[in-house]
Formats: sequence, C-alpha cells, structure tokens
Amino acid sequence: MDLNELTIREAHEGLIKKDFSSEELVRACLAQIKDKDRDIHAFISLMEESALEQARAVDEKIRRGEEISFLAGIPLAIKDNIVIKDTISTAGSRILENFRSPYDATVIKKLKEVDAVFLGKANLDEFAMGSSTENSYFGPTRNPRDLERVPGGSSGGSAAAVAADMCLGALGSDAGGSIRQPASFCGVVGLKPTYGRVSRSGLMAMASSLDQIGPISRSVEDMALLLAVIEGKDILDSTSLEPMFPIEPEISANIQNLKIGIAKEYFTKGIDKEVEKNIRNIIKELANRGAKIEEVSLPHTKYALACYYIIMPAEVSANLARYDGIRYGYSVTQNSKLKTQNLFDVYLKSRERGLGNEVRRRIMLGTYTLSAGYYDAYYLQAQKVRTLIKQDFTKVFKKVDCLITPTTPTTAFKLGEKITDPLTMYLSDIYTVSVNLAGLPAISVPCPVRNPDNSGGRETKNAISNGACGQIGKLPVGLQIIGNYFREDQILKLAKAVESI
Amino acid sequence: MLSKKEVEHIAKLARLGLTEEEKKRFQKQLSSILDYFKELQKVDTKKVAPTAHAVGASNVIREDEARKTKPEIRQKILDEAPVKEEDYVKVKRIL
Repeated sequence: MDLNELTIREAHEGLIKKDFSSEELVRACLAQIKDKDRDIHAFISLMEESALEQARAVDEKIRRGEEISFLAGIPLAIKDNIVIKDTISTAGSRILENFRSPYDATVIKKLKEVDAVFLGKANLDEFAMGSSTENSYFGPTRNPRDLERVPGGSSGGSAAAVAADMCLGALGSDAGGSIRQPASFCGVVGLKPTYGRVSRSGLMAMASSLDQIGPISRSVEDMALLLAVIEGKDILDSTSLEPMFPIEPEISANIQNLKIGIAKEYFTKGIDKEVEKNIRNIIKELANRGAKIEEVSLPHTKYALACYYIIMPAEVSANLARYDGIRYGYSVTQNSKLKTQNLFDVYLKSRERGLGNEVRRRIMLGTYTLSAGYYDAYYLQAQKVRTLIKQDFTKVFKKVDCLITPTTPTTAFKLGEKITDPLTMYLSDIYTVSVNLAGLPAISVPCPVRNPDNSGGRETKNAISNGACGQIGKLPVGLQIIGNYFREDQILKLAKAVESI
Repeated sequence: MLSKKEVEHIAKLARLGLTEEEKKRFQKQLSSILDYFKELQKVDTKKVAPTAHAVGASNVIREDEARKTKPEIRQKILDEAPVKEEDYVKVKRIL
C-alpha cells in the first residue's frame, strides 16, 4: 500500500514508529496529485513548499522524541472558501482570483497548533453554491470513480482529493449538503457538525444560519480525530458553542439497543430503486446487530427544499454584498479599457464580471424574496416552515437516537446533465437540506462494498440476493445518519457499525 | 412570469449588472423557481413563530473599545484594495 492511501490513524502509527517520515508522506501525496489531478482537478492551488516545510518540522519533533498529536504531519486539503494566512483563497470565484487572506480561519489556527500539513486549496462551486462543482470559475472537478461524472458539490474538490488518495483528509463546508452529498458521490465519509460546534470564523459566508465547516475522511475513526481538533467555542464566532458530548478517539461499534428511526418521507418517489435497496439492506444488518429499528414520520419534509431555497438565497444576497470591487477582489476599475462613470457603475460592472451565473441567480432570488411586498409571502413564511421542520425532528428525537436516510436520491450524475436547469440541480439536495434548517449534525458514510465472489456470511448472502453490494456499477452509495443536537458521538458510533458490516 | 422591468429593478437593488440575454434568462428561470416556492403557501402557519436561527443563539456583546491591529496586518489589508491613494481606499465619485 502506498503512503498516500493510508488512513490518518495508520499514518500516525507509522510516523511514531518511524516507519516513514512526514516528508515522505507529503511527497507521496504530491506525487499522486501530479499523476492524477490533471484529470480530476481537485485542487485550485497547491502549497508544495510550505507543506514540505511543515512536514520537516514534524519530522524534527519526532526525531527529538517529542510526543506528537494524531494530526501532526498529516497532509490535508482545505476547501478554498476557508482562509489560510498569506495564501490565495478564491472561493472558486473570479472576484477573489488574487485575494490573499491576511488571517487564518479559526479551524486553520487549530490545525496549525497540532502541526497538521496543508497540501493545497480544494476546488468548489463558486462561494459554495452548487451541487456538482461545475460552478467553479477555475473549471469543474471530476469524480475519481468515473471521470465522466461530477464529484458532487459544493465541496467536490475536497471529497475527490480524499477519494483519489491525494491527501489523507480534508475540510469542507456544508450549508445544505455540500459536505455530505460529495462524500456520498465519491465514496468517502463526510460530516456536517451541529450548527455552532465548529467556528465559522474565516469561512467565507454564504448562508450564515446554515453554514458549518466539517471534515471529509476515509474512515469514521479519522472523522473523530479531525472533529476533535476543529470543534469548540470561539470568541470570533458568536454563534459557536462548547460541545456537550466529547468525541473519543476510539469509537465503539456496539449499537446494542441503539434506537434508529426510519422516516418514510425519505423513501418516496424520486429515489433510485438500487439506492433504496442498498440502504434497506444496511438497515436490516444493523437490526441483526442489535439496533432497534422504528418507523417514524417527519411530515414537513416535502416543504424543506422550497424552504431552504428561499432562506439560503436571502442570506446569500446579504452576505455577498461585500464583494463590490472596492476593498478587495476584482474591480472593473483595474481594467483601463472599461469606462466607469461613478461608484454605482463600479458596483454593477465589477459584480457583473466578477461573479458567476449561479451566484448571480441566487443574489437575484434573495433580493426578490426580501424586497418590499414579497417579504411576508416568501421569507417570513419560509422561516415559519423552518420552525415546523425543526419541530418534526425534536419530536422524533424523543423516540429515537438516530435517523438513517439515503444521502442522495441517486448516485453521481454526469457532467453537464443538470447544469442548465437550476431547479433539477437543487433537487439533488432533497435529503440533506432539512438537517441544516434544523441545525442538526449528520454524516454520510459509504455503504460498505462487498465482493459477490467472496460471499461468506449469512448477511452477505442476503444482500447479494437483492442485487445490492454497496455500489451501483462503479459508483458508491452514501448512507446518511442524522443525530440529535451535539450527538456526533452517537452518529459516529452508528457510522462505525455501518463501516464494519 | 416576471417582467423584464421587474428583473431590472431587482438587479438594481442587488447592484448587479446584467446583459440583455441574461435579463431574458433570469425572467424565465426566476419565475420557475418562484413557482416552485408556491408549494409553501399550502402550509398553515397561523400559529407558528418564525425561526431565524436553528440553535437559538442570543446576542453576544463586548465593551465598545478600539483594538489595535498590527501594522503589518493593516498593510496587508490595504494591499488588497484595488485602488488606493496613500493609506486610503479610493472610490469613484458617488453622484
């Protein structure tokens, strides 16, 4: 096995046993990027020199016999809407093509404190707006499993980099599924933490009441190691909170008597039959392992997507007002060929040329629904429906510990398939948006892949008789686990049980 | 369907320049998305309070006092401005 294919846990063991150095680990990842990223395009920019420097510093600590943390010397990819000091952070937008951040995001500060290594900035839909990573100004990312297909989005670069063994873990951000949906499409693990568990300071704001930074990893155990470092209350984000249930580095897969709810609204029309079969098979196996399965109802689920696509653009239209061509970023005034009359003209033309289609569409939508005469009918009504969606979950979590749903209705779709019809694209978020509206934590974990030729056990046979083996063709299927507020510990336990099937 | 005039009005409020072709496209696309939103009108919300924030954060305040920024950070922030004069960000005339 090559070093770049290790889990974080395995790499950490290797580093402390001096089987290899962090520099060798980083070089293995860089070599993989050189080899594969021409086709996949997971990265917008690389930080080769600083990564090697960070790695050597960790190797020095190991040589001196110092104790190192789990993430020390581990190469990570960072979504390009999370700022790193003195590094270009584009958010996938032309308007920030040359923007150099004067400060570190809080999550970056925390990762630096434990000596994690930053390999580069990962591609994304512009300002995290999209479900396919096709909306990046720097060109799309492709799915490592099938280059004809999208990796999902908006954290498509982060998920693809982990899936293609270009890094050992990554950070993404999730306002409506932007971590979980690409994790599902690429066959890796992706967590959207409870709203407030991770500081948003230094994450370029898209929809502030929905946005949350979270990790993408190859294993559930790695997920716990990453979350434990980035979480916590932060003075720079007044909405951040101290986590109530700490994450342990060792996760038990014991789900004896864990109560799992299955919401019937997540298995209605629109779901791919094969996806459904895969999820139902896993549920059966979890029951065999002692979990208690219960059917539950979240009656307002059918309104979640409309609710989300009102609230999110409203927040977008306010948040993106800052990109105006005055204080930083692209400005039309830098182009001497383009004449501008006055300040208003600078705003119009800088934003016309600096911002892409989807971003402009959402700014327009949000401005409309917040404008005089429409506010009550759209925005206020959506906020009220948000209350009902949240109440649905509160009621259900009185009865069960976790919910299991598919992460997405289908596996990864083809490039170009949905890009011309915004509404069809929005529908790929149908199972993920409710969680953000309610502020709950949720993970996407790949259905374990089983080789029909090696079928041994009773459970495996059962799965195969249904034609479901954890992937459809060569495409992975993601299973979503939703937990109660701050119960990432329970989500991870159940995810570990799924992983070990 | 949204009229061209409505699209132009929203774009002006949003400080977004649009091409003629885009105005047409947005008329169609925004209308179909807004149609989809009509679904929400079916929900009875007479007795429901709105949620602005899922976890119910309350206001956080601190003393209103100036904090010094390191000169090199100040310089870095200024360096990002597209047009400057000395230590000022320069803008076009407003009127």
